[in-house]
Amino acid sequence: MQVGIGLPTTTPGTDRALFFEWVRRAEQGPFSTLGVFDRLAYDSLDPLVSLSAAAAMTSRIRLATTILTGPLYNTALLAKSAASLDVLSGGRLVLGLAIGARDSDYEVAGVPHKGRGRRLSEQLAALRDYWEENTIGPKPACPGGPPLLLGGLNDLTFARVARYANGYLHGGGPPATFVRASEKARAAWVDAGRPDRLQLWGMAYFALGEDAIDAGMRYMRDYYAFVGPFAEKIAAGMLTTPQAIVHFVRSYQEAGCDELILFPSVSSISQLDRLADIIG
Amino acid sequence: MKIVILGGGPGGLYCGLLMKKANPAHQITVVERNPPDATFGWGIVFSDRTLASLREADYRSFKEITDHFVIWDAIDVRYRNEVIRSGGHVFAGISRKVLLQILQRRCSDVGVELKFHSDLTDLRSLKGYDLLIASDGVNSLVRKTHAKVFQPDLAVGKSKFVWLGAARPFDSFTYIFEENEHGLFQVHAYTFDGATSTFIVECTKQAWLNAGLDQASEADTIAYCEKVFATSLRGHALLSNRSLWLDFITVRNKTWRHENIVLLGDAAHTAYFGIGSGTKMAMEDSIALANAFERHSEIDAALSSYELERRPVIESLQKAADESRTYFEDTQRYLHFDPMQFAFRLLTRSGRVTYDNLRIRDPQYMESVDRWYWKRQVLDAPCTTPFLVVPTPMLSPFRLRELTVPNRAALSVTSSGKASDGMPDEHHRDQLVRRAQSGAGLVITEVVAVSPEGRITPGCAGIYLEEHGSAWKQIVDEIHARSSAKVAIQLGHAGRRGSARPRWEGLDRPLREGNWPLLSASPIPYSSRNQTPAEMDGAAVARVRQEFVQAAQRAREAGFDLLQLEFAHGYLLASFLSPLTNERKDCYGGSLENRMRLPLEIFDDVRAVWPKERPIAVAISATDWAKNGFAVDDAVLVAGALKNHGCDMVTVFAGQTVIDEEPQFGAGSLTAFSDRVRNEAHVPAMTAEHLTNTDQVNTIIAAGRADLCIMDLPV
Repeated sequence: MQVGIGLPTTTPGTDRALFFEWVRRAEQGPFSTLGVFDRLAYDSLDPLVSLSAAAAMTSRIRLATTILTGPLYNTALLAKSAASLDVLSGGRLVLGLAIGARDSDYEVAGVPHKGRGRRLSEQLAALRDYWEENTIGPKPACPGGPPLLLGGLNDLTFARVARYANGYLHGGGPPATFVRASEKARAAWVDAGRPDRLQLWGMAYFALGEDAIDAGMRYMRDYYAFVGPFAEKIAAGMLTTPQAIVHFVRSYQEAGCDELILFPSVSSISQLDRLADIIG
Repeated sequence: MKIVILGGGPGGLYCGLLMKKANPAHQITVVERNPPDATFGWGIVFSDRTLASLREADYRSFKEITDHFVIWDAIDVRYRNEVIRSGGHVFAGISRKVLLQILQRRCSDVGVELKFHSDLTDLRSLKGYDLLIASDGVNSLVRKTHAKVFQPDLAVGKSKFVWLGAARPFDSFTYIFEENEHGLFQVHAYTFDGATSTFIVECTKQAWLNAGLDQASEADTIAYCEKVFATSLRGHALLSNRSLWLDFITVRNKTWRHENIVLLGDAAHTAYFGIGSGTKMAMEDSIALANAFERHSEIDAALSSYELERRPVIESLQKAADESRTYFEDTQRYLHFDPMQFAFRLLTRSGRVTYDNLRIRDPQYMESVDRWYWKRQVLDAPCTTPFLVVPTPMLSPFRLRELTVPNRAALSVTSSGKASDGMPDEHHRDQLVRRAQSGAGLVITEVVAVSPEGRITPGCAGIYLEEHGSAWKQIVDEIHARSSAKVAIQLGHAGRRGSARPRWEGLDRPLREGNWPLLSASPIPYSSRNQTPAEMDGAAVARVRQEFVQAAQRAREAGFDLLQLEFAHGYLLASFLSPLTNERKDCYGGSLENRMRLPLEIFDDVRAVWPKERPIAVAISATDWAKNGFAVDDAVLVAGALKNHGCDMVTVFAGQTVIDEEPQFGAGSLTAFSDRVRNEAHVPAMTAEHLTNTDQVNTIIAAGRADLCIMDLPV
């Protein structure tokens, strides 16, 4: 199992300097992938713009959207953006998509909330067509287009994974929740007769050091305020000690996770350094 | 805070007690419509886990409960004059009346005000509270008053039940099954004090009507049930306490809170009594609510926290309860089972108790299950020699005609998508041989095409050329030489899902070039991106039938032990079976009988050329997972028809008939379908549930839900 790190694009206080230092150190560090969130109606940096900036100054680390709210995007434009990023990064893009959990994002984007599942399915089919037919270009660096991951917890998500995608991204939680979800993804995959390997990704949040925990909790409660009281539970699941991280990483590895992305909850370069020490 | 608790059942009383203990400054009143000593029902069951939480929440009431409860650890299943006992399940039973008295006393001890005889019809008469806790039961007035907010969902069960008492103790949790001319009547009974037991009688609506119980008075019901269960009651009387025949209502709500009002216990959620949890859920709700108020000073935050904590637990329990309920609603399906299998099926009904769990609870019982399975299911020999050292159900052999499959685990191969002109190659050989050598009893090929256009992708294997036959023969010979596994070939025709790209590019994507014409029952494309297939005409029907026959002949010569015809997954023959894909007006379309016609004709054709001593299986789809589509009832009929035509086994899949489907994964659905088909059509079944360990397989096999299990193992 490989461990990636999230970009601090949604945590308060990230400026240009921090962003580029973060990317530079991640590339040099033990991290396999840079992950990024998509949160339109929230003070955050755009995910594709962020990954593009990161692509320009890296050559090794993978660049993954974990996840983009697919139905918010015009499919042809998304196909072009993703293909362009794939070309300019030298084939390092992993495109994770989902229907997203926040109505506010749909409202702000002026996209109807209803029918988003169907839209996502249609989008998934169309993306691959665009990347292969090369009608709008560019031709992606990765043959056939970047790997597609899907996030979500209902059975339709698993059906989409088997029909359209290359893997499943679990949205975070104790290892048991990852096991349950990934088993369903696997059931759908086998049922569909997919001969290739199902990729399984997971994620979690961290805040290391006494100085960071309070700020981290505040951020988590704010970021997840839209789910109501469940935010407290999500915040409580944040990893705050080296032992917690080591244990979590091991549990996910045993559960068959291929890639685990750890997201910061505080915009401080020391968070990356502390995590690198533990993972490295 | 001024707190009003509506409903003085165990949930309401316990809640009042715990809230007052946590903060004596609270002013708490419990409002109950009945007098303090009146109650319906008889006894209440707790598991050992519940008792542990009660102990922690309020030791004094826990102590009194343990002083008064009756404890036992056995479950008895009385069926066909046999009693099957298993131990290691720890239960405690207490009289509902005694429990209420204990809790009423504790409430008074700590200063909770109890107002009895207060029957409210209008919530507006309750005034001036800071918090209203609605523990007013399944017919909750509070829930009904604010239904727009709570959004209740009330699901009515199919069966009828009546909550009686019996004037005799049972020394175990007892299930009794008696059949008479009216139908099947079943009992859930358990003792709660030295002399009396809860005695719940349950039956289908049809049996209830047949017996005239819809017109029965309490006395009539008592007399009828005493007669039906005379053997078990041994002369003791049945007791009624305002006991009426009821439907079980499963209550769910979108939310359990509204401003400063919160639902608790049955008002919020009920679960079928088959897993004995109503009072437990209510009391555990109370513990959670009291804890939430200790953590949060604001009402909104506390109520949210309470619901957040309880909802996943409740939903999980309700799911298990639903499994239990559907089992008890359909028990008739299992009346042909041996008592040992009948009992094991009952014990494992909810998915929470498995073969391995039972082995830990009662090793001797499980030894007897293994021995019974070997003797009765495998050997079917009423033999005087006792079999003591026997394989587990999963490792027992299974016979189909003259074929003996060495164990119940099957491994199937996923098409690599890399065959050239249908030729099975090194990859096919490797995949099958490795699976055979892993110890699986049966290995199954991918779906092998009966013609070039019958392939799903250009990389699919075929058996339409002589060379194919020879290549398969080499593989089969090697499997037989190097393992004890049996090997099955799946024969199919892709229908409207053909001419597709290899599946590592995604499902059902049309080829960029080199597309071949597609065939189907009707000219309906799989999706807007796929080719419109041609509606099969008489010539196409004749040709395809011939292709299947020739394929079967080559398979025979190659030495395959078992042949499986592919009638599922939305391929050609599936397109005839489903009303969503078959709009034909000829004899092959319309009614289910017509839609089955071509598949059955092909079955007959193949059976005629397949050796008599070798079995044929058919893969069917239990459901389209789509509105107006093929459903499980249809699958049972199709399986029955296949059996009549000489089919030896049905492999039960689901879905992929249409792209717009709502499938279920990992919820045991495929096992449930296999169970229904096997036990209603009375034909052996192989399940396609996603299984990864031996406990799952042992549980399914011993419970008679399938005869073989396809597994997903890391080969």
